[in-house]
Amino acid sequence: MTELQKTPADTGQTPSGDPFLSVRDLRIHFDTDDGLVRSVDGVSFDLHKGRTLGIVGESGSGKSVTSLGIMGLHRSKRARISGEIRLNGEELIAAGPERVRQLRGRELAMIFQDPLTAMHPYYTVGAQIIEAYRVHHPEASKKQARARAIEMLDRVGIPQPDRRVDDYPHQFSGGMRQRAMIAMALVNDPSLLIADEPTTALDVTVQAQILDLIRDLQEEFGSAVIIITHDLGVVAELADDILVMYGGKCIERGPAETLFDAPEHPYTWGLLGSMPRLDRELQDRLVPVKGTPPSLINVPSGCAFHPRCPYADLTGGRSSSEVPVLVEAAPGHHAACHLPAAERHRIFAEEIAPRL
Amino acid sequence: MTDTQAAAIPSPAPASDREPLLRVTGLTRHFPIRGGLLRRQTGAVRAVDGIDFTVNAGETLGVVGESGCGKSTMGRLITRLDEPTGGKIEFEGTDITHLGVGAMRPLRRDIQMIFQDPYSSLNPRHTVGTIVGAPFRLQKVATEGGTKKAVQELLELCGLSPEHYNRYPHEFSGGQRQRIGIARALALKPKMVVADEPVSALDVSIQAQVVNLLDDLQRELGLTYLIIAHDLSVVRHVSDRVAVMYLGKIVEIADRDSLYANPMHPYTNALMSAVPVPDPRRRQRAGRERILLKGDVPSPINPPSGCRFRTRCWKAQDVCASQEPPLTALKTGHQVACHFPEQREGND
Amino acid sequence: MFAYIIRRIFAAVVLLLVVSAVTFAIFFLLPRIAGETADQLATQYVGKNPSPEAIAAVKQNLGFDQPLYTQYWNFLKGLVSGAEYKFGPDPVTCHVPCFGYSFKNHLEVWPELTKRIPITLSLAIGAAVCWLVSGVTTGVISALKPRSIFDRLAMGIALTGVSLPVFFTGALLLTLFSYQWPILDNLQYVDFTDDPLMWARNLILPWISLAFLYSALYARLTRAGMLETMSEDYIRTARAKGLVERKVVTRHGLRAALTPIVTIFGMDLGLLLGGALITEQVFSLQGVGAFAVQAIADNDLPKILGVTLLAAFFIVACNLVVDLLYALVDPRVRLS
Repeated sequence: MTELQKTPADTGQTPSGDPFLSVRDLRIHFDTDDGLVRSVDGVSFDLHKGRTLGIVGESGSGKSVTSLGIMGLHRSKRARISGEIRLNGEELIAAGPERVRQLRGRELAMIFQDPLTAMHPYYTVGAQIIEAYRVHHPEASKKQARARAIEMLDRVGIPQPDRRVDDYPHQFSGGMRQRAMIAMALVNDPSLLIADEPTTALDVTVQAQILDLIRDLQEEFGSAVIIITHDLGVVAELADDILVMYGGKCIERGPAETLFDAPEHPYTWGLLGSMPRLDRELQDRLVPVKGTPPSLINVPSGCAFHPRCPYADLTGGRSSSEVPVLVEAAPGHHAACHLPAAERHRIFAEEIAPRL
Repeated sequence: MTDTQAAAIPSPAPASDREPLLRVTGLTRHFPIRGGLLRRQTGAVRAVDGIDFTVNAGETLGVVGESGCGKSTMGRLITRLDEPTGGKIEFEGTDITHLGVGAMRPLRRDIQMIFQDPYSSLNPRHTVGTIVGAPFRLQKVATEGGTKKAVQELLELCGLSPEHYNRYPHEFSGGQRQRIGIARALALKPKMVVADEPVSALDVSIQAQVVNLLDDLQRELGLTYLIIAHDLSVVRHVSDRVAVMYLGKIVEIADRDSLYANPMHPYTNALMSAVPVPDPRRRQRAGRERILLKGDVPSPINPPSGCRFRTRCWKAQDVCASQEPPLTALKTGHQVACHFPEQREGND
Repeated sequence: MFAYIIRRIFAAVVLLLVVSAVTFAIFFLLPRIAGETADQLATQYVGKNPSPEAIAAVKQNLGFDQPLYTQYWNFLKGLVSGAEYKFGPDPVTCHVPCFGYSFKNHLEVWPELTKRIPITLSLAIGAAVCWLVSGVTTGVISALKPRSIFDRLAMGIALTGVSLPVFFTGALLLTLFSYQWPILDNLQYVDFTDDPLMWARNLILPWISLAFLYSALYARLTRAGMLETMSEDYIRTARAKGLVERKVVTRHGLRAALTPIVTIFGMDLGLLLGGALITEQVFSLQGVGAFAVQAIADNDLPKILGVTLLAAFFIVACNLVVDLLYALVDPRVRLS
């Protein structure tokens, strides 16, 4: 019934050439009655085909808004978007909404957190996949589209796909629904898949299945993947590169290994220290990050993390007056922190690492 | 509240010495399913299907399992928010299984519950003072210096400011709301607190704050916890003993260290290996073996015969389908319900 | 699904029986409780200065001397097998389905009622089409551009519509379009089968006055429903697929938002079919409502009973249809 799986070792190839997705200084602000909400405030990153980027952050960090921004799903008049999103060289923010719609579902696909609410309760799973296929393949007959839907359901591991294709979402279990969502997202062979908290609503054993599936499918299709989650464990399972967001900004970005082994930002230290881990000795006490995540209307001045940062005093006041910029701290590893790199490395080695 | 409770605060004595605070025997809860023309009962969702365990004063029992395993129903049965179909719940030696609302009232002071969702479990139209003070009024408890003072002390105890007394729940963050929920639960100095997923709706950095708060309160007030959660790492952190549930049954129950170091039930093994770990090297490590369970949990309406896990178990044999494995102690303080338990060498 | 349908139909039949029993009790039991004797009841049908013998004869012939449950049973029996009343020298037959016999007018109730049904049906269904189209469209547009000028204007008009009674809008329309500018004058009900154009022409004013009231309600309902569904996760999924916005709104948004509207529509239509009392009065339409008004004015118990039962039948039938539609629309109802 169960297979013992060996995860294939990463090929370790370094990306070369132009990135498939390039985001520069992305800002997404919303006008609300309470004021301007700076949900995303200057985020930049590159993503190559075949690579996985993990975006980590707590609620309100702007991680989901970033992904919806890339998908062009902020249509509301109250959203102000600036910056640059280049997909395969094509700029999307200045492109017309019709152009972005054509790319949506074909080049850019997305899966969501809760597959029960993300699927329409009145249409069969098959009908929803068929619809996704025919939007971008208007020449395909219903029969062809249906065959394609069954093929995709089969590919994502749904047993008896030719029968289940006519089931409604509520007849599927949570894990199967998420598989069906993945089938729907991949039906047009997109080059970029964005997975927004794809396993948060699922049980651990099902989560493991879905993470495995995403990894397999990526290897098969060679697409680029962005996985958005609050769970450091989940990104560690999938991501090649990790971007940590806090208060709408990217505060740390680097390859997965160095980010977990030698995190540069005190917030990342806080995240790692506050989660109980099965793979470590039992700690007597967790080390929480004090305070609460910032309001995006009144983002703290300077470094948004400074009210919660235990080391804010070591910056000589700069942390509350000056916004830190991302600086390369190690090859390919950037952090936005006023603490001098040497100081940070010392604190990490002496105070943080022994606790983790 | 009582002397016995005060005496229980120092390190809890070994389980066998004393009468447990809570003893559950053969507890079942079946939700009837009606169908057909005449809406006759055609079956039952066997949410909780015969579980036995004890909780000793001052300790924390963690209950883990996936959604639909019956852990939340079990919590509601113990706090008597739901009526058991069968079995027995004894609290401090008193049978409370079928106590009516009136007879239950004095016991409500002793058993309190903390809920998962700090957003929906607080009435948005009541101030924090009203919410936390409600138990005093409902139980007609007189407090020194009035209810307000008592509430403010509680707020402080739970890491909130006494000035929050007149504010409304929507003015607080998720973590603070959970603190309000905890303050309300602790108002009447209960002996036992049942917490259903107390931190799963919270952000990672806030989770740790609440976990630590629960820890401190237990130490300070000598509380006994029954913590229901799906997160194995959180449960490991907070519990003294851990029970693993699958399809309405306890499949393994053991001391925390024994369970995590040496899980004997295949399901426990699978659960643990599925937990993602923030270490990207682990996935790349050659030879890393991960148990990947196939398929979904079977329906609790028609659970598999014999051992309920057998349909997904890689060790299943004929006997598993015909005989239900009893929950038996294979080591001191380590009970497993499996015909072929994992026995790691040199671990005993 | 089959069990669901059977159960619903069964429930509808039981409901109708209960309604008939309650109605029967109201009209025949309450007077007795209030002290009216069988003799007094019978007196109404005998003419002036009756002799005690004549009263006794009528009482016996019409069954007023029997216990109430027997009378009710006879009434039910009449529905399926007809009845015969020995009223005067010649017995009169009340044909199946016998909804009662008006002793005052010497008429069977059922044929009288059936004459009126096409009028009320025309009025109600025509108005329903008008208000559904205008109300739902307005609601959808309002919801798609909340707080826009259109939205504010439409909701303002809707508020006016809800507040204005039909006898006002109806009278206003009549004054304007029949008398001031006689575009639509001489409004006489013409049967659809005789002349569909005249049928529509002569009903358009009553349709508009009824629809004005209801579309206001439906616009608000649709707007609220659409605002809610358009923020659902599955709408985001539909957009993420690259569907054009028009399809997102109609196929995914409206489809879900309409479900609760169908429920209310069933009830409203059922209620109207039982007689649009005021509208029929304003436009002098001889529909079921006018029949009911007349019956009450005459204190003609069998007619009142008949029209009440018919109204109840329409409401129950419409709700049954709604229940079945609901199952058709929402697979979660159908398959659970």
